[in-house]
Amino acid sequence: MDPFAGVRPGAFNERYVIMSFTDHRKMQLYGALLLLPAALLLATFAYLPTIATVVNSLFLPGFRGAPTQFVGLENYQVLFSDPTFWKVARNNLLYALGTIPTSLALALAMALFVNGKLRGRGFVRMAYFTPTILPMIAAANIWMFFYAPQIGLFNKLLGILGFSGVNWLGDPSVALGSVIVMSIWKEAGFFMIFYLAALQGIPPELKEASDLEGTSRWSFFWRVTFPLLMPTTLFVLINALINAVRVVDHLFILTKGGPNNATNLLLYYVYENAFSFFDRTMAATITVVILLVLAVVATLKFTVLDRRTHYQ
Amino acid sequence: MRARIPFALTALTAGLLSAGQAAANDPTVLTMYYPVAVGGTLTDVVDDLVEEFESEHPDIDVEAIYAGNYDDTRVRAMSAIAAGDTPQLSVLFSIDLYELIEQNAIVAFDDLVETDEEREWLDSFYPGLMENGQLDGKTYGIPFQRSTIVLFWNKDAFEAAGLDPETPPENWQQMADMAATVREASNGEQWGVMVPSTGYPYWMFQAFAFQNGHRLMSDDGTEVYFNDPAAIEALEYWVSLATEHEAMPSGTIEWGTLRQNFLEQSTAMMWHTTGNLTAVRSDAAFDFGVAMLPMSTQRGSPTGGGNFYIFEDTTEEEQRAAMTFIRWMTAPERAAAWSIETGYMGVSPAAYETDALQRYVEEFPPAAVARDQLEHGTAELSTYQGGRIRRALDNAVQAALTGQLSPEEALNQAQQEADSVLRRYAR
Amino acid sequence: MSSTLSHSKTHPPRARFFSVPSLETIAAWLLALIWIFPLLYAFWAAFHPSEFMVSFTLFAPLTLENFADAWGQAPFARYYLNTFMLVTTVVLAQFIVCTLAAFAFARFPIPGKNVLFMLVLIQLFVFPEVLIVENYRIASELGLINTITGIGLPYVASAFGIFLLRQTFKTIPRELEDAARIEGCNWLEILWKVYVPLAKPTYLAYGLVSISHHWNNFLWPLVVTNSVESRPLTVGLGVFSAPETGVNWATVSAATLLSIAPLLIAFLLFQRQFVQSFLRAGIR
Repeated sequence: MDPFAGVRPGAFNERYVIMSFTDHRKMQLYGALLLLPAALLLATFAYLPTIATVVNSLFLPGFRGAPTQFVGLENYQVLFSDPTFWKVARNNLLYALGTIPTSLALALAMALFVNGKLRGRGFVRMAYFTPTILPMIAAANIWMFFYAPQIGLFNKLLGILGFSGVNWLGDPSVALGSVIVMSIWKEAGFFMIFYLAALQGIPPELKEASDLEGTSRWSFFWRVTFPLLMPTTLFVLINALINAVRVVDHLFILTKGGPNNATNLLLYYVYENAFSFFDRTMAATITVVILLVLAVVATLKFTVLDRRTHYQ
Repeated sequence: MRARIPFALTALTAGLLSAGQAAANDPTVLTMYYPVAVGGTLTDVVDDLVEEFESEHPDIDVEAIYAGNYDDTRVRAMSAIAAGDTPQLSVLFSIDLYELIEQNAIVAFDDLVETDEEREWLDSFYPGLMENGQLDGKTYGIPFQRSTIVLFWNKDAFEAAGLDPETPPENWQQMADMAATVREASNGEQWGVMVPSTGYPYWMFQAFAFQNGHRLMSDDGTEVYFNDPAAIEALEYWVSLATEHEAMPSGTIEWGTLRQNFLEQSTAMMWHTTGNLTAVRSDAAFDFGVAMLPMSTQRGSPTGGGNFYIFEDTTEEEQRAAMTFIRWMTAPERAAAWSIETGYMGVSPAAYETDALQRYVEEFPPAAVARDQLEHGTAELSTYQGGRIRRALDNAVQAALTGQLSPEEALNQAQQEADSVLRRYAR
Repeated sequence: MSSTLSHSKTHPPRARFFSVPSLETIAAWLLALIWIFPLLYAFWAAFHPSEFMVSFTLFAPLTLENFADAWGQAPFARYYLNTFMLVTTVVLAQFIVCTLAAFAFARFPIPGKNVLFMLVLIQLFVFPEVLIVENYRIASELGLINTITGIGLPYVASAFGIFLLRQTFKTIPRELEDAARIEGCNWLEILWKVYVPLAKPTYLAYGLVSISHHWNNFLWPLVVTNSVESRPLTVGLGVFSAPETGVNWATVSAATLLSIAPLLIAFLLFQRQFVQSFLRAGIR
């Protein structure tokens, strides 16, 4: 039997029907029931773990049978006095700074290329976008062949040109850069499609008008196109920021965070602490730091972006 | 491949089956996680062995689960335990002992052996391979896929560089000189030597340190001695291979691709686990030899690799079945076959006395190098909080090799880090 | 100004098509070649014997042996099955749960609806991977470790799906709903007969994005699976090709191609739908 058989569709809609009190309550109940599965799942896998993470970061588990102990912010003191944590945080910042502006610029260039008249446009667009649908882990496998010292493709090519090889993943001053380059390759095509869509939304009259005025393409781009793309840029930026925190799959193949933590990123460091060192407390403490970073990104999105964007 | 139906279904089917069948006919089911840390088709070898065992013991079913490298396998086994799905036995890193004991995860074999025959079996292994599996006089780990580090050298490259192709370096000085000679003779086309510094850098470093007469840890796993002058000297030598002798590439050298490097002849010598031996033998297009590692004040290499463990929280019947399986797997004939298939060591003297392995060693003498080196062996670095301790040392080694810190600074830092991690374990 | 006009007269876009390619065209093509190169290289490596891997002999003999090796050395058939089951169940469950929630948000008078909706949107930022440690503990308490359900369940209540569907539902005119009501439909029937069919493009878009995401997802599946029975392709590939194992490159290339092939082929066949979907779904 349908428990909602008695509820009249549209009944809540005051434009049509003056609702009775019981009808309204039934509607509320019905709505709540519809929300229930999602609410339960979100509580189990998002809210509870978030709270538990914060709580765990304030306790120290008992050692050799001793009970768990509340230690306040001591775990944070330990974390902040750990030079590795700062190194990893700095890496993550450099990683974001290294990947985001470049992939945004490349994405925009790609979008402009395939938005114009171009021979073989279909192929070019496909080429740009394909890395997006590969798993990060597969991409890393492929790039491993390029980066391998002595026998990898990059060093073979350098050798042909008469340069000595670079230890792409083994030299701490280069390794993070190598990881960044791979990430850019993986992401730029994804961001391109948003720029492409935005470009196609720009009325062609603008271009015609500016042609009549004799505006150069260069200044048309900077004076008209680029400002019009601003909401897209912000939107892509938010996405890129989130990815810079959340995607660490490639590290499992390329570097495992090494050498000497030169390519370690925050989420990978959480994984190491939790699953290699069995130190759940430290893992929780670092997770809280990540959550704070994400909160900043979220605030940025909900305040700046949602006010300016025209998508919603 | 063994497909498993979701648990509920299995339980249901099992229930239905047992209802119609005498309980005595139900085979004991054992789950075993195991790692592979060198390339090739070791999973096939394990599967074949398991199949053979099952056909000889129809009352025991073994489900062998390949779980990645040693670290992955420990994580998988521990997570299965945490999830209440405890495996009956596993092959895990021999140095996981302290962590497993700290988590109360494993049982001592001394408590399981019943007959004299079993006691004899427990004493049948090379003592050098038992070190990492024992604590406070009890044995928790039975050696299985065990290795030491050996030196592989390319005889053709030696010849081309005007060196005697049959003479590997005896000591540190010779190794550096020979490596530099190769590098020079090849006009920079070929490196002299490569020692891997990702994957298990602490292990390689332990070899250098031990060759310089130094042990890095205490017997009870609560103290480490990373910044001893002998250890610093050892790391200085390792670094000098690249900086001073220009015989080894600078930066870190990837554990995983090193064998490929050797096979592609981009290096004339490499240090690697004996577990690679069979793979190198089948793929090398040139003449190569295998030797003990060179010495400074003494020969030496840490042992390495995986041991069998039996877990708590399993029934007595399952533990007995696990014992049967482990005894079968480590019996001389199997140990010999395993050694021939992989290059890992035969774990007992009896294995080397089998016809198969004797014949093999005769036709391929490198197969005996690891065994001969065993008398110069030392236990692999193993302490409480082993993950962190090893990572501290790994980082120090990598920092020194990449020129970020001097060997002394790097090891001091690692010592400090290790001290603070181990503070609460000091007895 | 006149010069510009005459310029465009003497060089109409059509003419340029047959002339020397412009700098821009060259740049676009160069970039495209660089971008596709890694994949081409993987193809090349997978179809040639391993001894040519390092010497890059372009026209080395072709072989399928690497695929046979990869297939023989790891249970890829099982991994395929796992990934397939994972992706189908996750996407179906997401459709159901998200549809119900989105319908509630779009059409029902729930007290504190806006606050609740903001709470849902938080999940756009706090996703299961970030909370691996706690989610792992929860999954283990629920007995979900090493199960396909365990891999998928944290993703089922997708904020993103709820958001997309709510947007779509809100644009559907009330008149259609009224018409169905006059025919005597109850709420679930209205949802099923009016809203769901009209939101088909959204389902397609969200479905494709979700399929790609779960096909490619790695970190959480890595943590939550222990063995072959539940490991999806990505984790299987990661375990198989981790550098420590020293598996030879040609085999790794073949394994890599094996794991990406179904999605890659689907993408090449339905490029337009994919791009449109990512686009639609991305704009949140």
